[in-house]
Amino acid sequence: MIIEDLAERIGEWLRGSGPESDIVMSSRIRLARNVADFPFIRRCSDIDRANLEATVRDSMKRHLRLAELDYVNVALLDPLDRQFLVERQLISRELSEAEGARSVAIEKEERLSVMINEEDHLRIQVMHSGFDLQSAWERINELDNQIESQIRYAYHQQYGYLTACPTNVGTGMRVSVLVHLPALVITQQIDKVFRSLQRINLVVRGLYGEGSQAMGDFYQVSNQITLGKTEEDLVRRVSEVVPVLINYERKAREYLINENQHDLFDQVSRAYGTLQNAQQISSEETMHLLSRVRMGVNLGLIGNVEIPTINKLFVHTQPAHLQKLTRSGTSNSQGNIERANYLQSHLRPRTDSSEHN
Amino acid sequence: MKCQKCEKPATFHITDLTVEPLLALHLCPDCAKQYLQPEQAALPAPTMSSVIDKQLKLEQTAEELKELDSKSCPVCGVTFFEFRQAGRLGCPHDYDFFQAELEPLLLNVHGNTKHVGKHPRRVPLESEVTNAVIQERRELRDAVETEDYERASKIRDRIRTFETQARDGDRDSGNSGGESSGEGAEV
Repeated sequence: MIIEDLAERIGEWLRGSGPESDIVMSSRIRLARNVADFPFIRRCSDIDRANLEATVRDSMKRHLRLAELDYVNVALLDPLDRQFLVERQLISRELSEAEGARSVAIEKEERLSVMINEEDHLRIQVMHSGFDLQSAWERINELDNQIESQIRYAYHQQYGYLTACPTNVGTGMRVSVLVHLPALVITQQIDKVFRSLQRINLVVRGLYGEGSQAMGDFYQVSNQITLGKTEEDLVRRVSEVVPVLINYERKAREYLINENQHDLFDQVSRAYGTLQNAQQISSEETMHLLSRVRMGVNLGLIGNVEIPTINKLFVHTQPAHLQKLTRSGTSNSQGNIERANYLQSHLRPRTDSSEHN
Repeated sequence: MKCQKCEKPATFHITDLTVEPLLALHLCPDCAKQYLQPEQAALPAPTMSSVIDKQLKLEQTAEELKELDSKSCPVCGVTFFEFRQAGRLGCPHDYDFFQAELEPLLLNVHGNTKHVGKHPRRVPLESEVTNAVIQERRELRDAVETEDYERASKIRDRIRTFETQARDGDRDSGNSGGESSGEGAEV
């Protein structure tokens, strides 16, 4: 089963490499597309949905390259596996929680996925590690062309690609970067930064998209406008603001180092110590502390742990991942104990076991 | 006068000079405080339905709105009321059918009403044709619901004919066909 394979690996976007990856975790682009001869999802009957899912899947499989993807029938998955794919950012919460026929096509390296029967008939996404929007755009454009050679999209001379929600019409494109901004949070400048982003029509969301809380100081910054600009323009608009954000975050980190290095070092060390020694710990607290440690590693305050390990722990300690990896039960208290064990096994130095005795 | 964001009386009358065009607001003390001190407010992106509601409150009288709400798309059957509540349209034809209502919304959200980006490489299917198929799909659902299986089977045949023709058309126009026998999508 593909999901069991995924659990053991880590996704491409967690690799922790790519340009500016100490602050920009990943670059993501998604396209919303609909099939011309079906109603939008909201007006689909059960028959329509089943038909639509089969039509899109079969059409994609007729293309040699698209046939190589793994097709997962989301309607047949149990809630744990669905939550797992959400944590992995391969499907949205909306697709996970929807009803009726729906599926997702996933590339082995997890850089691209195509959701079928989400808010729109197709939600195509490409995700690259680090700040790398340009190549993400080239990849998704190619993928979109491949799908379009098999499927007739709903397209309007004036309005472009038609979408269920008019906020996505035109290009149907959302360009986003996932940024890690702990120093701006600590120095309480984050709201100010977000307000200035809103003024230039950029949207800020939490780690798991619309309505989700900012977890572990991760934020998604994306375009709000989709109509009246070219795709290249939209990529440029988000790209232009990223160096500014990076600069703000670096300045805030410098400030913390210069003004109260002892405080900062203390905070980071306590976070690291808690993660290494806690006997039970919630997912939220884990995210919060991992965020501090991640910054500490990037600033050279903590030496003996690698960024890819921290990135992996952000995802692997979330409830569904933890349950799959440790084959533990569903209760929260048991999960909190398992999570602490899992963190210890990854963060405690291994060589000193003899010193205890 | 009622507050534009809730049902309480509006006692604050604000003209926001920081946005273009200038925005006149009539708010109750609580909403005014939230508007003037956004750092205390959450930062969610405006949802479609909130944008629509705001727009309609500024432009429509209650009676006009009532009439508008009952307007229903002949292709998919979605009413304006349903769109306004859910923020989702029902089919591609809604963009033409509700054009007069949608244009100000598009302008509000995107600052534009004309797509300038990428377009499909192939000529899109005629909207008359796709609208007719979407209508057929709706009739199929009705026929199944009323257990009129004879009618359902006829409609299903017509949809299959369209799907087969569309696919054969793709093959003729030189697209990588692969094996595309006459098997329509299972129902």
